[in-house]
Amino acid sequence: MISGVTPPDVLVVGASVAGLSTVEALRRKGYEGKVTVLGDEPHAPYDRPPLSKQVLSGAWEPERARLRRHDALSALAADFVLGDAATALDVGADQGSAIVHTAAGRTWSAGAVVVATGARPRPLPGMPGMPGMPGLAGVHLLRTLDDAIALRANLLTASRLVVVGDGVLGAEVAATATSMGLAVTLTGPQRLPMAGQLGTLVAARLAALHTARGVNLRLGEAVDGLVGERGTVTGVRLGGGEVIAADVVVAIGAIPHTSWLESSGLRLDDGLVCDEHCRAADRVYAVGDVARWRHEALGLSRLENRTNATEQARVVAAGIMGEQLRYAPVPYFWTDQFDVKIQVHGTLAARAEVTIVDGEIGEGRFVARYERDGAVTGVLGWNMPKQTRLRRQEILDSLTPAPGTSHREKT
Amino acid sequence: MNVAVDEDKCCGAGSCVLVAPEVFDQRDEDGIVLLLDPSPPEPRYAAVREAADICPASAITLHENP
Ligand SMILES: Cc1cc2nc3c(=O)[nH]c(=O)nc-3n(C[C@H](O)[C@H](O)[C@H](O)COP(=O)(O)OP(=O)(O)OC[C@H]3O[C@@H](n4cnc5c(N)ncnc54)[C@H](O)[C@@H]3O)c2cc1C
Ligand code: SF4
Repeated sequence: MISGVTPPDVLVVGASVAGLSTVEALRRKGYEGKVTVLGDEPHAPYDRPPLSKQVLSGAWEPERARLRRHDALSALAADFVLGDAATALDVGADQGSAIVHTAAGRTWSAGAVVVATGARPRPLPGMPGMPGMPGLAGVHLLRTLDDAIALRANLLTASRLVVVGDGVLGAEVAATATSMGLAVTLTGPQRLPMAGQLGTLVAARLAALHTARGVNLRLGEAVDGLVGERGTVTGVRLGGGEVIAADVVVAIGAIPHTSWLESSGLRLDDGLVCDEHCRAADRVYAVGDVARWRHEALGLSRLENRTNATEQARVVAAGIMGEQLRYAPVPYFWTDQFDVKIQVHGTLAARAEVTIVDGEIGEGRFVARYERDGAVTGVLGWNMPKQTRLRRQEILDSLTPAPGTSHREKT
Repeated sequence: MNVAVDEDKCCGAGSCVLVAPEVFDQRDEDGIVLLLDPSPPEPRYAAVREAADICPASAITLHENP
């Protein structure tokens, strides 16, 4: 049932970018009720993209990754309760409100609950937290500010790093650590770094960039486990049995953080499942990396990128205030590796036809357009951010049939 | 309202240009934000506030009462 009445109070669980953006969007829309933001980390909201880049390399003091200055946070008139984790959500406990329980034994009841708990790293066999396996020193995950600080400290005294994970984050960490002077090996099951996100043409260009800068690519073979001696990691074992020596290992890969929702009765399936308005149940919304929502064209979708957290927050805030928007974004992410900035708008379908529409691959500056069945699904820029953004419209045009063509003719 | 941008933080996403094209643009060569109007008129306040909130690099700061 949708009441259409704006709730008197909102509880946001997760004090990072998706949670903060929801509060900002609510206030921008004139929401005057009570807002509480619950976060398990002790820090004020900070941004994650700099963690694998500027914070890891030391170009920024960790403090610079803060999302908002103190006065901007205070202006939101929201209560930030930090350092306490939500442990359970009771959706229909009493009329008109949902209840959240925390690790410290607190209980919050609110007219609307926003789930913004993001993702957490997927641990490797042999890492702390894996049943039956003792933790090894020198093994890191990268998700939080504290993770980045610990990894940086370790990189400063080490000489060989193995990165486990061939996606965006793995490739970024490999680039940053190489620039810091370490001998870096990048491992993962794909044949080329970020092949799944970029397609073969650009992933091959990325592989060439990494190789030219000294990264050792050991791709196409999944990691089987870790090897260690006297409690410290000494290497990574690949599926085929080969062991790559390392003083530091960082594992990349994330899963939506929904474990605290298991007793809620809500549908969890690679994220908290939501309708097209980002609503998981009456009074319960999800936003950011944790949300798997019904996209009207693509079906159930989940995005793990920085701009999604903010754009989705706008739809959630509207929903809380009784305005039903459908969330159907043009996805966007960027990544910085060495001196290359890659931007991706839309989706780069696996079997897409790729055309270079601006610049040239060989020159190190280009825009690639991805088409499928004659429709533009995405554009990718390599050191050409503005030119890439200008082509975003082509994706929108492909989604909206031109006047005179019926929708049926298009599909 | 006064607007300031931190070029060093900007990641060239262009989100600001999409919501407030009268106030923000991007450099052609590297996509870094260009501030077209550091003290925009009142009708643009809402769009500029949204731009500051959605900037994925928190590179835009506003001073509401100069
Ligand atoms: C190192 C790194 C680099 C990245 N680089 C880029 C990039 O270059 N470009 C890009 O587009 N995207 C990038 N991303 C992705 C982007 O940062 C995420 O998409 C974004 O942070 C998602 O925001 P979120 O608020 O949904 O989740 P998160 O940022 O994961 O925040 C969730 C918050 O909720 C807290 N929380 C979790 N469980 C609980 C609980 N039970 N109770 C209370 N609090 C809880 C967490 O501690 C965390 O603070 C990067 C991510 C990482 C980790
Ligand atoms: S939205 Fe932010 S990061 Fe993007 S171009 Fe504008 S200022 Fe730069």
